[in-house]
Amino acid sequence: MTDTSMSSPAHSTSKGTGANLSKIALRWGLYLILGLFALYYLMPLFVMLTTSLKSLEEIRTGSLMALPREVTFDAWATAWSGACTGIQCEGLRPYFWNSVLIAIPAVALSTLLGALNGYVIAHWKFKGANLIFSLMLFGCFIPFQVVLLPMARVLGLMGLAGSIPGLIFVHVIYGLGFTTLFFRNYYVTIPAELTKAAKVDGASFLRIFRSIFLPLSLPIIVVTVIWQFTQIWNDFLFGVSFSQAGTQPITVALNNIVNSTTGVKEYNVDMAAAIIAGLPTLFVYVVAGKYFIRGLTAGSVKG
Amino acid sequence: MAPILDIKNLYKSYGPVEILKDINVSIEPGDFLVLVGPSGCGKSTLLNCIAGLEPITGGTLSIGGNDMTHVSPKDRDIAMVFQSYALYPTMSVAKNITFGMKVRGEDAATQEAKLKEVAAQLQIEQLLNRRPGQLSGGQRQRVAMGRALVRDPKLFLFDEPLSNLDAKLRVEMRSEIKKLHQTLGASMVYVTHDQIEAMTLATKIVVMKGGVIQQIGTPAEIYNTPANLFVADFMGSPAMNLIPAKTRKAGADTVLDIARADGASMQLRDHRALDLPADVLVGLRPEDIAESGFRAGADVQEAECLVDMVEPAGADTYVTSYLGGKQVTARLHAETSAQAGQPLSLAFDLGKVSYFSPSTGERLN
Ligand SMILES: Nc1ncnc2c1ncn2[C@@H]1O[C@H](COP(=O)(O)OP(=O)(O)OP(=O)(O)O)[C@@H](O)[C@H]1O
Ligand SMILES: [Mg+2]
Repeated sequence: MTDTSMSSPAHSTSKGTGANLSKIALRWGLYLILGLFALYYLMPLFVMLTTSLKSLEEIRTGSLMALPREVTFDAWATAWSGACTGIQCEGLRPYFWNSVLIAIPAVALSTLLGALNGYVIAHWKFKGANLIFSLMLFGCFIPFQVVLLPMARVLGLMGLAGSIPGLIFVHVIYGLGFTTLFFRNYYVTIPAELTKAAKVDGASFLRIFRSIFLPLSLPIIVVTVIWQFTQIWNDFLFGVSFSQAGTQPITVALNNIVNSTTGVKEYNVDMAAAIIAGLPTLFVYVVAGKYFIRGLTAGSVKG
Repeated sequence: MAPILDIKNLYKSYGPVEILKDINVSIEPGDFLVLVGPSGCGKSTLLNCIAGLEPITGGTLSIGGNDMTHVSPKDRDIAMVFQSYALYPTMSVAKNITFGMKVRGEDAATQEAKLKEVAAQLQIEQLLNRRPGQLSGGQRQRVAMGRALVRDPKLFLFDEPLSNLDAKLRVEMRSEIKKLHQTLGASMVYVTHDQIEAMTLATKIVVMKGGVIQQIGTPAEIYNTPANLFVADFMGSPAMNLIPAKTRKAGADTVLDIARADGASMQLRDHRALDLPADVLVGLRPEDIAESGFRAGADVQEAECLVDMVEPAGADTYVTSYLGGKQVTARLHAETSAQAGQPLSLAFDLGKVSYFSPSTGERLN
């Protein structure tokens, strides 16, 4: 940490020392407040982690904030493969894979389609391009509750009701607004001459996209993937509305585990299950977070 | 032989703004057409229209005898160098140059050979593995040239391809382009702001202003017989002198009365039969005004003028004087005895004179 006020001690008079002291005090005060906030935010995670590592016996007798006397991973094992989500007791495992099967294709498809949309809207101006873009933007702000019934009907007509492809479809459709927005805003910063030069070179619509635009797109792809993955993995409303037994995503299963236990509440299992459900998004952030910040701030591409 | 490029009544608007108005140009195979005009007059737009990168609002356009008005750029058989270079940022210089050949499906050996040849020609061999972001402006410009030169199209379109090069490289590249034009017999449309480039390269010059063609002609025609005041003023450096004068008939001759700085007027006699209005602007290039005794001929007229400024410029000395209320520049030899504030006898070569109407700006003779 650098403290510029300390770098010129030769100039400090008694008055200057006083100013320095108050500066240091201010700085430490700031750290203290920030530290307190950090603690406040970390507290639930701490409680979740410690609780998930305790036995039920210890939870009942010990204090909420205490570290586990005896670390046990039983609760994690139960949450993963034994907890009951209603009448079945298979844990989160099958639902975790459901979520993976939904999220990966949905993220990939909505990102790819968003990139194509953004490319067309930014570089292949056609009549009504702006109107279509505005409508897609508008789509970003439609509350999902509004579309539940029409979507259920559409899924039924398509024969996708209650299926994983159905859920993928829903997530792709409702992700398109945002992914198109991201890519369009990124691609408008790419000079139009680039497309023109490629056209003169004889490249086709898709060739220009593949050879010129995609290689430039890594930062915005990362941003879009993180955004979409978080949205889709954490989604509960669509998951609970458009799934049936066997196709439910992990968020719905987590809810069922927590709400459907009869008799003793197994807090340690609930906590472990919640952490498991949250791990993949955490993982994506850690792996791609560096690019995320870069992608949000990096703008223009010089031609 | 059909013209290689034939533009008829071309109009181009962006929304309600008309950028190009009634453009008619045609060039023969092997022609080197240079487009000149002030910034924003529509030169790049015209190139884009020829390339098919911007749809045209009206008129027709044919390349190599085929109507191309609605044909997509890749089927027009053209190569283009963009004003902003437009290099592909994620590709190396070599990939930039070979991209077009790759797209067109030429085999690797041909690509390699063409790349080598062009890289040597443009002196960019040591840059082939760099990305465009790692190049200077002049180097980028040469890569952009390279991308066009690996092709053998019906028509080359160049948008100020040398504007960012240093003087020496520019002269070298200029002669490279000239050579290319002569050896390949390639047809070119070339935009530039550089007068010397225009004069040395062109077989035909088009002068534009505000989206309207002012004059089309050979460099000599444009230089010697400008069609209007705009062309006269725009081409040539220093610009053509435009001296206000009154005319009167004296037998078969026309006498030009030009006001001098001292209030008295000087007379020049044009022996040709002309039909001029009472007020004209007399257009004379600086090199057509010499020191008395250094220019002879039936049309040379001498007159005494007051020297205002003397500017030696190496091979020549420029001398200015006030005539007709305007500063007039004469290009004299380097050893002239002219001195500021002293009278000097000047020889005006009226065989080279252009007359313009002060009201319409059109050429009168
Ligand atoms: N996409 C566009 N939309 C609207 N107006 C445009 C567009 N592109 C160019 N213009 C306008 O058309 C006119 C001609 O532009 P153009 O680029 O052809 O000029 P230029 O002669 O090439 O100038 P320069 O010598 O500076 O390159 C300018 O007034 C410009 O503002
Ligand atoms: Mg231009």
